[in-house]
Amino acid sequence: MTEPRTLAPSFIEDVSTLPTHAFSYRSLTWWGIMAFMVIEGAAFAMAIAAYFFLMAQEQQWAPGPWEPPGLIAGTAFTLVMLTSEIPNTMIKKAAEAYDVPAVRKLLPVMVAIGLLLLVIRGFEFNSLHVLWYESAYGSIIWALLFLHTTHIVTDWGDTVVLWWLMRTPHGEDPRRLVDTDENALYWRFVWLAWLPIYILIYWLPRVFR
Amino acid sequence: MNAAERAKLPPAKVARDGPRLTGAKLEERLAVTWSNPPGFIGWLSSVDHKDIGRRYVITALAFLALAGALAIVMRLQLSKPDNDLIGAARYNEIFTMHGTTMMFLFAVPVMQGMQIYLTPLMLGTRANAFPRLNAFSYWTYLAGGLLLWIAFVLNIAPDIGWFAYPPLSGPQYGVGKRADIWAQMVTFTEIAALAGAVSLTATILKQRAPGMSLGRMPIFVWATLVTSLMVIFSMPSVALASGMLLSDRLVGTHFYNPAEQGDALLWQHLFWFFGHPEVYIIFLPATGFVSEIVATFSRRTIVFYPIVVMALVATGILAFGLWVHHMFATGLPRIGYSFYTAASMAVSIPTGLQIFCWIATLWEGRPRLQVPLLYVIGFIFTFVIGGLTGVMIAAVPLDLQLHDTYFIVAHFHYVLIGGAVFPLLGAITYWFPKATGRLMSERLGKISFWMIFLGFQLAFFPMHIAGINGMPRRVYTYPAGMGLELPNLLSSIGSVVVAGAVLLFVVNLIMSARAGRVSPSNPWDAPSLEWAATCPPAKYNFPHIPIVDSRTPLWDAGEKMAVVHGLRVNDRELLLTTVVSATPDMREPSAEPSLWPFIGTLALTVMFVCSIFSPWAVVFGIVPVAVALFAWFWPKSLNPEREPVIS
Amino acid sequence: MRRGAAWLVLLLTGCNSYQNALGGDGAEGANFVQLFTVFMVVCTVMYLIVAAALVFALWRRRRTALVLDDRTHHQTSRVVRPALAAWTALIGTGLVVLTIASFFTDRTNAAQGSKPQIKITVTANQWWWDVQYRLPDVSRNVRTANEIHLPVGIPVKVTLKSNDVIHSFWIPNLAGKQDLIPGRQTDAQLLPRKVGLYRGQCAEFCGVQHAQMALDVMVESKEDFLRWYAGQLKPATAPANSLQLAGYRYFTTRECSTCHNIGGTPASGQVAPDLTHFASRRSIAAGTLPMARGNVYGWVADPQSQKPGNRMPTVGLSANDLHALVAYLETLK
Repeated sequence: MTEPRTLAPSFIEDVSTLPTHAFSYRSLTWWGIMAFMVIEGAAFAMAIAAYFFLMAQEQQWAPGPWEPPGLIAGTAFTLVMLTSEIPNTMIKKAAEAYDVPAVRKLLPVMVAIGLLLLVIRGFEFNSLHVLWYESAYGSIIWALLFLHTTHIVTDWGDTVVLWWLMRTPHGEDPRRLVDTDENALYWRFVWLAWLPIYILIYWLPRVFR
Repeated sequence: MNAAERAKLPPAKVARDGPRLTGAKLEERLAVTWSNPPGFIGWLSSVDHKDIGRRYVITALAFLALAGALAIVMRLQLSKPDNDLIGAARYNEIFTMHGTTMMFLFAVPVMQGMQIYLTPLMLGTRANAFPRLNAFSYWTYLAGGLLLWIAFVLNIAPDIGWFAYPPLSGPQYGVGKRADIWAQMVTFTEIAALAGAVSLTATILKQRAPGMSLGRMPIFVWATLVTSLMVIFSMPSVALASGMLLSDRLVGTHFYNPAEQGDALLWQHLFWFFGHPEVYIIFLPATGFVSEIVATFSRRTIVFYPIVVMALVATGILAFGLWVHHMFATGLPRIGYSFYTAASMAVSIPTGLQIFCWIATLWEGRPRLQVPLLYVIGFIFTFVIGGLTGVMIAAVPLDLQLHDTYFIVAHFHYVLIGGAVFPLLGAITYWFPKATGRLMSERLGKISFWMIFLGFQLAFFPMHIAGINGMPRRVYTYPAGMGLELPNLLSSIGSVVVAGAVLLFVVNLIMSARAGRVSPSNPWDAPSLEWAATCPPAKYNFPHIPIVDSRTPLWDAGEKMAVVHGLRVNDRELLLTTVVSATPDMREPSAEPSLWPFIGTLALTVMFVCSIFSPWAVVFGIVPVAVALFAWFWPKSLNPEREPVIS
Repeated sequence: MRRGAAWLVLLLTGCNSYQNALGGDGAEGANFVQLFTVFMVVCTVMYLIVAAALVFALWRRRRTALVLDDRTHHQTSRVVRPALAAWTALIGTGLVVLTIASFFTDRTNAAQGSKPQIKITVTANQWWWDVQYRLPDVSRNVRTANEIHLPVGIPVKVTLKSNDVIHSFWIPNLAGKQDLIPGRQTDAQLLPRKVGLYRGQCAEFCGVQHAQMALDVMVESKEDFLRWYAGQLKPATAPANSLQLAGYRYFTTRECSTCHNIGGTPASGQVAPDLTHFASRRSIAAGTLPMARGNVYGWVADPQSQKPGNRMPTVGLSANDLHALVAYLETLK
């Protein structure tokens, strides 16, 4: 190993008083979460583009022999998702206020909502009125719903782990509150991404029949 | 103590760098803090960006050699008309393996590896933003490469071309598991590239040295930022496309099946939406190399830095609007094609501006014709030919003749080898002393440069002629009497010269690493921060985080090096600064070595490889993956007195 | 001018006048040669400017360099900014000129192909071409394989389809290529200007024998074309001796007829090349072998050894059957 350019250091600024945690764009992991949201958003965008591309091949949408997907399960899902933003925002604000007891009380609500959503999602798959191997229409509808389901499953998994984590002494570490804040941010992406997909799966196949 | 109280704690009384802890004493302690565990476990669990970058580059060069050997086999088969050295089926596997390996296992990974190695050093920080994610990225890349090459050894290699168009790659015509292996390899490598890109983006935005505003970053770092953002926006498209292909093949969906209202062109759109940015993902880091080398070897800053940066950004954005130029022969509406012709022409403007700035820098400076600069000169002479044939094929009437002929093969090798490999070889020569502490042999370097430069022209220029003379791509043989004998023979001879040059370069690498001339820390008298570190850099990169106030910090430093102080010494810590102006903002713990990235890749590999055979593998395989991720992220220690660590 | 450029390239690279993008023997092909020449000139000039600038930048002896040693490494000479502006204007202008030239060529090609007088449908298969001439009177349609005849000077519209994977229809002397995509219909316009023999080849990788999927294209005088067409309309020649009859019997009752069609006989398979006028063609198996007795023998006896992986199985004929079949096939002019 060789000697570095031997310039003596001149100590200009003391950074030891800087914090070791911060919320939003000051947090390093926030940028990681942002990047993952862009990646998944791009994947959804391409899937939506594929949906319109395949739709352009058909005269009718939903095409001929298939009824459009049933509205009840999908709409119930959407309503529950939109409602979930209430506890979600409460958790986010509690995290930013360092209110660990509030976070500990509200996270199980999100876990329960997530479970409910997964159950409703099962009913949604059941009421699509087409199977993935029956036509390209069936394939793309299932693909959109499947992609979003992986979204829900992974974020629900994250939330379960976070719930457990916050119940341990780790919950009093401010950096874990930043994690909580970012998990809530990610949940917003999950339901925002759902809204156009809801329209594409449940409404466009009714409009263009 | 609750979180609110803990948030307001004053800094802990622990050892920190500064006037009272500096020099050899500091470096001793930092070396311990930033070291890997000993032995094989240490090697497997390393999260040091220099280890990971080096592994990426070495692995990518190994794949370059493998794919290059396949190219020699192809050229031997094509050296004579109606040759029967290699049969049709085997030849089709070979060209598929050659293209797939070069594009997915060499070109992008080698660039990303260089970026992972260099970026923290150029930014004046100690590590990458997400060190374990980085490690995971390497292992996942390796797994994808092994999947493909083990398949080749087992005689189930894909034979559908590197872009795998359905229906040929679909369930009806793509018999067996070959296409599934190809598609899953894409999944591995694209996850690896995305993971690397996320880490690089966060590093560049948040970990720059104080004072290194965006306008003072090295051009290579700008190129890395633009490239990483391009990866983030484009790779999901190929992930979706290959996922849909696997789904068509394994569970009976009909995305690409025209018989059930799917469309073969859907693949082409999704693939090329990724595929076109992909080539700029390969090319832009090379332009970053060129800018660094030109500045150092002209002994002045790059002329019109803002123009070069804008050119990088403009190229990155425009690259997303060109993809249909790969589809001009598919019968889409002509009016749509006009837009893509115009955009494909326009993208050459920013590159033309960069070329001006490089030549102007050489003009204004005092060029030293050492090996790295030779490669840059070779790059300009070669790449511009490829760029100009690119302008030709942007025109639809020209492309309709030249598409899918050897003219295109010539074009893309001119832009990829001329435009990316030449700068890469120059860059490896340039940063070799930084990474190893020794210089490569200048004499051997000059010989390999001239061999590869001249051998390349001999190998690839005649392909323009062969294409015009009617030779399509991807043919295992051609008939006599078409005027194809001479160009093919010349290409085959040239390819052997190129192979010899690459071999010589590798010999130079190995010999110099063992016994090359020992290098001072800044052998080229270069301006950027990585040259302030030792050769090779210490595990912690810099003993104190520097403050910069110029684009060329080492050229403009005064008597002393301005630094910040106060970072912990007994735990891994680095400094976060603000995004635009890089004022110090936060102290951030940096991850300690961990086996979980490697274990995560193992779990992912099992899931992905088994899913080639059954879709249930996704459902069951996700469990070990989830367990590995859980163990990876679960925080290990919480000490009310001490400050955060990531272990 | 364009002919000169074409001949220069041909001279430099060896003689191929039948599968050559610089042949310019069709309207679109000639437009390509012209446009290619324009691009070559502009691009060569641009390259020489860049190369000259680089060489000059490296070789100039200067005492006024702005470098680190003189602490002037951040400065730039005043001439550089206008030089950049001029360079940008030059590239911009060059690209606009080339883009406009490209659009004009496109429009010319579209106009030249706008009033076709002959319609052909080409359907690509792995690894052969099905060719059907379509007339308003369907009884006068001709079906053949791997060969196209065209009268000189008459615009033709070729409708392109595929039965399996993506292929590409490319006759470089006449025109650019168009892909044949299953589930879609594309088309190509041909306007041959010079009598001659040309060769086309599939230009989109379509599987194991992509390299052996060529097309013989005959551009002939109007009289010769009509004579050929009339010949193709006739049903297959009847067997005239006992050997040919044995071949006919084998063909129409055994494996051959499951795939192949011979007009006027019971053999009406649709999935392989139409053989009604097989012996009138220039080559066998889409350009794999020239039409000659020995090659017919070789192909019929063992197609897999001639074109491994193609869809015609090696049946394992006895010597007598082989002689009979070849004798019969040779009558199918």
